Parts: sequence; structure tokens; C-alpha cells
Amino acid sequence: MEAYTSILLFLQVIAMLGTHVLFATLGGILCEKVGNLNLGLEGLMLLGASFSFYVALNYGNPWLALAIGCLASLAGSLIYAFLTISLRTNQVVTGLALTIFGTGVSSMLGKTMAGVSLPAQIAATFGARSLPVLSKIPLLGPVLFQQSPFVPAAIATAVLIYLFYTKTSLGLNTRIIGENPGAADASGINVTRYKYINVLAGGLLCGVGGVYLSCVYAGIWQNELTAGAGWIAVAMVIFSIWNPLRAIMGAYLFGAVRGIGFKFQGGIPFFGMKLMINAQILDMLPYITTILVLLFINLRKKKEYNPPASLGNSYFREDR
Amino acid sequence: MITITRKPEAPLKTAILMQLLAVLAAILAAGIIMALIGYKPLEVYAQIIKGALGSAYRVRATFNKFIPLVILSLGVAVAFKMIFWNIGAEGQMAMGGFGAAYVALNYGHLSPWILLPAMAVAGAICGSIWALIPAFLKTKFNTSETLVTLMMNYIALKWLTYLQYGPWKEGAFPKIPTFSDNAILPTVFGIHIGWIIALVLTVIIHILLTRTKLGYEIAVIGESQDTARYSGIAVTKVIIITMLLSGALCGLAGMVQSSAVEKTLTQGFTAGLGFTAVITTWLARLSAPAILLTSFVFGVLLQGGSFLETAMRISADMAKMLQAIIIFFVLGSGFFLNYRITFAIGSWRFPKEKPCPVPVREAEKEPLEKAATAEDGAQNDAKEGEGL
Repeated sequence: MEAYTSILLFLQVIAMLGTHVLFATLGGILCEKVGNLNLGLEGLMLLGASFSFYVALNYGNPWLALAIGCLASLAGSLIYAFLTISLRTNQVVTGLALTIFGTGVSSMLGKTMAGVSLPAQIAATFGARSLPVLSKIPLLGPVLFQQSPFVPAAIATAVLIYLFYTKTSLGLNTRIIGENPGAADASGINVTRYKYINVLAGGLLCGVGGVYLSCVYAGIWQNELTAGAGWIAVAMVIFSIWNPLRAIMGAYLFGAVRGIGFKFQGGIPFFGMKLMINAQILDMLPYITTILVLLFINLRKKKEYNPPASLGNSYFREDR
Repeated sequence: MITITRKPEAPLKTAILMQLLAVLAAILAAGIIMALIGYKPLEVYAQIIKGALGSAYRVRATFNKFIPLVILSLGVAVAFKMIFWNIGAEGQMAMGGFGAAYVALNYGHLSPWILLPAMAVAGAICGSIWALIPAFLKTKFNTSETLVTLMMNYIALKWLTYLQYGPWKEGAFPKIPTFSDNAILPTVFGIHIGWIIALVLTVIIHILLTRTKLGYEIAVIGESQDTARYSGIAVTKVIIITMLLSGALCGLAGMVQSSAVEKTLTQGFTAGLGFTAVITTWLARLSAPAILLTSFVFGVLLQGGSFLETAMRISADMAKMLQAIIIFFVLGSGFFLNYRITFAIGSWRFPKEKPCPVPVREAEKEPLEKAATAEDGAQNDAKEGEGL
């Protein structure tokens, strides 16, 4: 029984550690499915995290904090969308600039918030709570539904996006744009509108991830709070092979690696010896596996594993 | 109705004018934002300039950012010219610093005449190995170089952290020992010798890209790999060589920065310069002389920004926001150089001139014609390249 509770506890920690990455990964998938490589995920998360924290701190209203955090990252992704979609700028450079922008603005805003804790009503609304019925499911219940509502919301979002892509015609249209915007345009799909909607929705999800990170998970502000989670998300988009359901696995696998790192800082007991795990080497894992996954995708040459074919290119009707 | 048509490539003068206008607009826009959040924009700008160029010490600090930016941007530019999106400058710089530090820490007693070149070579080799991996994966397995180079950055940065907290730490503190005096680059006119290295490299890379066979082959591959292949260029070989060069330059930047500025290796010594270099390169439109200008502007912004912190108690992040806004505007301005927008209501049109009927795309025709003449010379390479 004791082993069971400690496993439960560990799984709960994993779910907490992976949720913001999951949100950002889903945001990245939305962007990349319409052919927009968004390297600004880190900046968008920071915008959402800092603005929501600022509002939560000063007004104490959790819902207002969530709304303003989302608006901030929406505004950030609107800049990116306008530049890359309407003005056809280079996506890589624009994304990097967006990250610089988000980092700069969030640190400016966060100057006065460092080290201050949030008022209690934030945790009361967004903190861990048991959902009726669902939390009684063995194993899954305590792990997912006796948590902050953001945790099940992240998983639900992933499932919804998956269903959107595979079961709806709008989702099919979206995927066509990522594969061949010219063909999509020819068949009457409004490429620009779809691209805008998806990139903005992606930004919104990054913002939600940021809100979760600052207002729920951390509860205390520090400069560059995301600590590279946005870049991990860029990696996780590939790791999940652009599939929202695999993104769940990827993000929580990342959470597990982090969790193991925290739990066994002193080494893992192994038949009387101590296996030392090095935190920095462990931190490399997501990036190394991402490269291996890229390699795997190209070795398997399976169509469904390929990145969206137009990824990184801007679309101009006359070039068709 | 709004119609958008492609314009023929604008002359250099228009392009420069447009970019200057964009920068001005960005400064204005950022000023408005500053005013809105309660700062005096003119004062902030004055302090940035003062903080970057106001005294000999500050000029030196600006050059400490300008020099690595130039060398990194040159490295990025040779790769970008080939449309190989090497955004791994940060990691290649980090590995360059690692290579240089390895030599400096183990052979610190050697004469600087031997030690410094050895550090430079070690840095360049480590940087180019770090660039070789994505180049190899790209040519062999067609993996996306953008994503692989991006991931390689973080592996390199974590590697430095590992060294600093693990095997290379000095005593109980997570700090790598300071280099011996022999391992520190000398100064010329008060600024470390890196500025001469940067200028010489700018000239060399400019000549390489515009006057040599390799530079020409890089440009053809950038236009179209198929064209390059048909005209007999050994594409794989050129990609590998160019990426070795790109990584070597970035690695060298790491050696210069660790030796001359940090005087040791720290986990954060790259300070995002590798990412900034991607931006300076792009804004310079991959031209080596223009890189000097964009790197200088960003050097001033970085140093001026950190001065804001001490002078006005404004966070250095103000300058980060300013940087980003400048990039946004300059990037956006490119659209108005390459496309013509026509508004039309009924038969009324603005602007009056007719949209270009057939989009003129010099860039597509040119390499084909040129490639035909270069074919003879390149055919030999094709045979050599097969082995790769």
C-alpha cells in the first residue's frame, strides 16, 4: 500500500511537471500543422505567465488573470501571424524575435513581482481539487482529477485537437494547408484565414501554459520563469510527430524525466550501489531524443511521420 | 479589393532607404510604448547611446559584444547563403569555447605564440564538429537542419553547465578556473585583438562569397539544389565544406569570447549572441560588409541596454523589447520592397501604375545561365563528391 501511494504521488508530480509543456506543445502543433514553424513559443509562454501573474497579484481575480494572460500571448502571436502570414517574413527570424520580445516584456513587467507570493484566492480557484465522480477512478482519478483543473484541461485539449484533425472537415482543410497551401487555395480554402486562426489559437494555448506555470505551479515569480520550457515544447512537437495524442505522452515523459531528476538527486539505489544521475546530462535528454526522432522519421520514410510539407515556407498565391 | 503582386528586385539604394525608414519607425513606435508605460523615450535613447559609446570603458564593452557578433554572423551567413538554416551558432560558439578552454586549462604554461593558435584551432574544430552533425544528417537522411541545429544548441549549453558544475569546477565552487595569462588574447589600441580578426574575416568571407568558385557554388545551391546538381556541382561535398566553415567561424567566436572577454569558460558565456547573430545576419541580407553595420547596431543596443539598468534603474530588458521591435519593423519592411500593393475600387486604382503583368524573378533565371558557363569547371567536382 505504501508503494502504491508513493507511486501515485510520483505520477501526480509528473502530471504537474508536464502540463505547461503539454499546452505549449499543442500550441506548437497548431502552428506547424498550417506550415508555420513558431520559434516564439518561449516568448509567448512568458507573455502569458507574466501578465497573468501581474493581474493575479494586483487584482486577486483568478479569471481576470487567466483572461489577461491569454490576451497577452494572443497579442504576441498576432505580431508573429501578421509578419509571417501577411508580410511573408522569414519564420525562423520572426520567431526568434518574438522570443526576445516576450522575454524582454515579461522581465520588464516582472521587475516588481520577484519573490512575492500570490493571494490565496488564486490557489483556491486554480489549485488542486477533487472533481466529482472522475476522481474516484482508480489510479487515473487521483493522478489526473485530484489536481489543478489545468491538468485534465490540457489532456482534454489534446484529445479535442486530435479529434478536430481526424474527424472534422475543417481539420482536414487545416492539414491540407500545411501539406500544400497551393492545392488548398485552389480547392477554395481560405488559406490566410485558416493560418491566422491556427497560429492565434496556438499562441493562446502557449499563454494558458504560461498562466498555469506562473499562477498555479510556481505561485511565485522569477525572471525567465519558463526556463526553456518553450524550447522543450518545440522539441516535443517533433517528438510527438505532430500528433496531439503523442504530445500527451511526450510532455509527461518529459515530466517523468524531470521528476526522476528531482527525486533521485542523491542517486538511485541499485542493488546496494548508488547510481548517480547527473542533472545536466538528464536535461540534455529531450534534445537528444528529438534529434533521434527526426532521424527515425526520415529513416522510416512513412508518410504520416513526415512534418507538414510546407513547414517554414510562406505562401504567396502568385508563386503557385 | 487589394491585390498584391511581386515587384522586380529593388535597387540597393531603395533597399537601404527602406530599412532606415523601418528602423526610424521602430524607434518611434518603441518610444510611444515607453511613454505609455511612463518613461521618457528621448532620455532612454540618449542613455543607450551614452551607455554604449560614452566612455572608453563602455566602448570596449560594446566591442566585446560587437566582435563575437560579427564572427558569428559571418558563420551564419555562409550557411544561410546556401539556404541551410543554421540556427546553431549559439551551440557552435559554446563548443568553440569548450575546445579553447580545454587547451587553455591543460597547456596553460605554453608560450602564447603556440597556445593561442592552438586554442583557436581547437575552438574552430569543436565548432565545426558541432555543425558537421546536422550537415551530415541533412545530406544523408534529409533531416530538417533548422530543428537539428536548434536542438544541438541546448545540448552544447547543458554540456557547459555539466562541466562547470562537475568535472571542471575549481574546488567547492561551480566555477571553471581562470585561464593563465598566456591564454588571453592581447589588446591592440585598447580593444582585444578580436576586432582585427573580425575585420580580416569579414574581408575574407566577402571575397569567398562573391569572388570564388566555392562562393558561387554555395549561391547556386541556395537558389536550387536541383539546378546545382544538374550543372555538376557536388552538392553534398559543398554543403559539408560550407557547414564546416560555418561551424569553425562560430567556434572561433567562442574561443575569442572566452579568451579575451571572460578569461575563462562559464555556462552562460554565449549569452544568446548566437541567436542574435541569426538576426543580424538576416537583417544584413547575408552581406558580409552589411554584417559589420547590423552587428554594431546590436552591439550598441546590448551594451546600452545593460547600462540602462545602472543609470536609470530601467531594466536592461527595455533594450530587448527595443531590439525586437526594430527586428519586427525591418522584417516587415521587406514586404514593401518585394511586393506591390494595389487598392482598387471599381476602375479606380491606387497607386495608379499597372501591376507588373508577369512577375519578374531575376533570381530564378540568373543561376541557370551562369551555371551553364560554370559547368565545365564543376564537372570534376562531381566525381570527387561521389565518395562522400
